[in-house]
Amino acid sequence: MKAVFKRTDGLLNVPMHYCPGCTHGILHRLIAEAMCELDILHRTIGVSSVGCTYNNYEYFACDMVQAAHGRAPAVATGVKRVHPSKSVFTYQGDGDLAAIGTAEIIHAAARGEKISVFFANNAIYGMTSGQMAPTTLIGQVTATSPFGRDPDTQGHPINVSEMIATLPGAVYVERVSLHDYRHIVQAQKAIRKAFQVQEAGLGFSLVEVLSTCPTNWGMDPKSSMDWVAEAMIRQYPLGLFRDPKLEERK
Amino acid sequence: MGKRVLMKGNEAIAEAAIRAGCRYYFGYPITPQTEIMHYMAKRMVEVGGTVIQAESELAAINMVYGAAAAGARAMTSSSSPGISLKQEGFSYIAGAELPAVAVNIVRAGPGLGGILPSQGDYFQATKGGGHGDYRNIVLAPASVQELYEMTVEAFNLADRYRMLTLILGDGALGQMMEPVTFRDQEPIDLPDKPWALTGTGGARPHNTITSIYIKADVLEAFNQKLQAKYAEISRKEVRAECLNCEDADILMVAFGTCSRISRSVIPVASAEGVRVGLIRPITLWPFPSEVIAQAASQPSVKAVLTIELSCGQMVEDVRLAVNGMKPVRFLGRSGGNLPTQQEILQKIMKMAGR
Repeated sequence: MKAVFKRTDGLLNVPMHYCPGCTHGILHRLIAEAMCELDILHRTIGVSSVGCTYNNYEYFACDMVQAAHGRAPAVATGVKRVHPSKSVFTYQGDGDLAAIGTAEIIHAAARGEKISVFFANNAIYGMTSGQMAPTTLIGQVTATSPFGRDPDTQGHPINVSEMIATLPGAVYVERVSLHDYRHIVQAQKAIRKAFQVQEAGLGFSLVEVLSTCPTNWGMDPKSSMDWVAEAMIRQYPLGLFRDPKLEERK
Repeated sequence: MGKRVLMKGNEAIAEAAIRAGCRYYFGYPITPQTEIMHYMAKRMVEVGGTVIQAESELAAINMVYGAAAAGARAMTSSSSPGISLKQEGFSYIAGAELPAVAVNIVRAGPGLGGILPSQGDYFQATKGGGHGDYRNIVLAPASVQELYEMTVEAFNLADRYRMLTLILGDGALGQMMEPVTFRDQEPIDLPDKPWALTGTGGARPHNTITSIYIKADVLEAFNQKLQAKYAEISRKEVRAECLNCEDADILMVAFGTCSRISRSVIPVASAEGVRVGLIRPITLWPFPSEVIAQAASQPSVKAVLTIELSCGQMVEDVRLAVNGMKPVRFLGRSGGNLPTQQEILQKIMKMAGR
C-alpha cells in the first residue's frame, strides 16, 4: 500500500499537551515540515520560550534550548553567534515577545541577527489562564480586562510585524493566519521562506502567525477560527511587510 | 616566564578571558567596569571572537546563556546595578547547569548608589542572588595579577562543574594599574560537552537544555543533584590565604581591596607589640569556614575583626565559622569610602586592650 501521509520527522512521536482547537499543533507541524523539506533538521537549533509552548523542546526533533520569559531572541543570538552556519529559530507567544521581551525582539531585529522568529499571536496569555496581552483587541474580554480592553486605561494593541518592519535588519517580515486550509498553506510558505532567508544569510526574519486560544477565549474551536478571520485580521492585516526580493527591486 | 605588562584591572580580566579561550563576550556599559568591553571590542577582532553590546544586562546574560548552551566559553561583566538585572540569567544558568563566567566590579549601593568601590554585593554574590536553591562559585581577587589568574581559573571551574563562576572585584581593583606577568601557556582544562547544542548532525537524538521541571519529584531530584555538586565543591575548591595567623592575638578577616589595606596593618601593629594575623578568603563561596574556625580556635587569639567595604555582610559568615568561640567585631566603610590603615590599627589596639 502506498503511504500518502505521514508524521513529519521534524516532530518526535510524543503526545502534545495543547488544548483542543488550539493552533500551536499546526504551527509546530509547519515548522517541523519546513526543516525537513529544506533538509536542515539536523543542523537547526530551536529556542523554546515561556508560555504554552514552554516545553516544545520535547516535541521538535532538532536540538532545543528553553529560554527565560521574553529572552528567546537574546538566547538565539548567543547560539547563532557560536554556530553561524546552523539555523536558529525562536518560537514565541504574544506575551513573551510583545510584552516582557519587547527589547530583545527589537534589538535582535535591529542587529539583523540571522535568526528566524515564529511569533504566535493569539491576543491573550494562554498558560497563565487568559490575561490581557499587548495584542489583545480593543473591547476584548480577558481575565484582566473583564469589561473589555479599554484603550483609555489599557492602551492599544501592538502591531508587531509593522513595528519590526521599520528596522533595516529585519529583511523578511510576514503576517499569516492558521484559521483555514488556504491560509495554512500560505503560512507554510512563509515559514519555509523565513528559514531560506536565514540560510541565505540575508538577515533577521519574523513570521507572525495569527493563532487561536479557544480555552481562554471561551469559544469552541470553530468559533475561534471564525473570530481570527473576522476580528483579528481586522486589527492585524495579513501580508508581507518586508521581503528581500522587494528590496532588490528598489 | 611570560610577558610583564602594566595594565588596568579591567583590561587584565578581558585579556585573561581571551587567553582562557573565551571568544564570546556580551555586555552593557556601566561604570566602573566598561574598560572590559572596550578591551574586548578591539582584542576579540584579532582572535576572531564576538563582542555584542547588548540592549540591556538582561539580554547580555541571556546571550551568554545561549552561547554557553551552544558549547562555547562565554562571559559577561557588569557592576552592581547591572548585576542585579543579570540575576534572572544567573538563576537560569544554575537551573540549566550551564558553564559561564560573570564579573562584578562592585560599586557602592543601594539603588544607583555611586561609582566608587564597594563590597556591598557580598550577600547577593554568595547567597545565590536570584530565585531558587542555587550557588555560584565566587572568586575574590585582590590584585591585577590575581584578576588575570582567577579569570582563567573561573572558566576552568565553570566548565568543570557546569555552573556560573563569578569574579567579585570592586571599583578599585577594576580601575587600578599594576604590573601583570602573563604565563606563556594558560592552564586550560576544557572538558568534552556532549550535552551542547550543535545540531544533531543526524547522528544522535536531539539535545535539550532547560531549567523547568514541572513534576515535584523530578525537580526535587534535580535540586538534590545540585546540592551534591555544591557539597563536592565545598570539599574541593575552598581557597584562602593565611598571613601571620600562627599565635596571633587578633585575627583579621578581609577579602579583595580590604585585604590589601588590612595586610599593611600587620607590621604596624607588630611594632606596637600586637601580633595580628590575616585570613583572606579567596573563594567567597565556598566560604573558608574551616580555615577561619581553626585559626580562631588558637588559645592566643583574643578576638576576630572582619573588615569590609560594606555595613557588615561577610561578618555573618565569619560569625557562623567562629561559632561563639571568640568575639567577632566588625569594621566597615560604605558609600565608596575605604578604611584607612590607621582606622584598622586603632580598632585592633582597642580590641587588644591597648
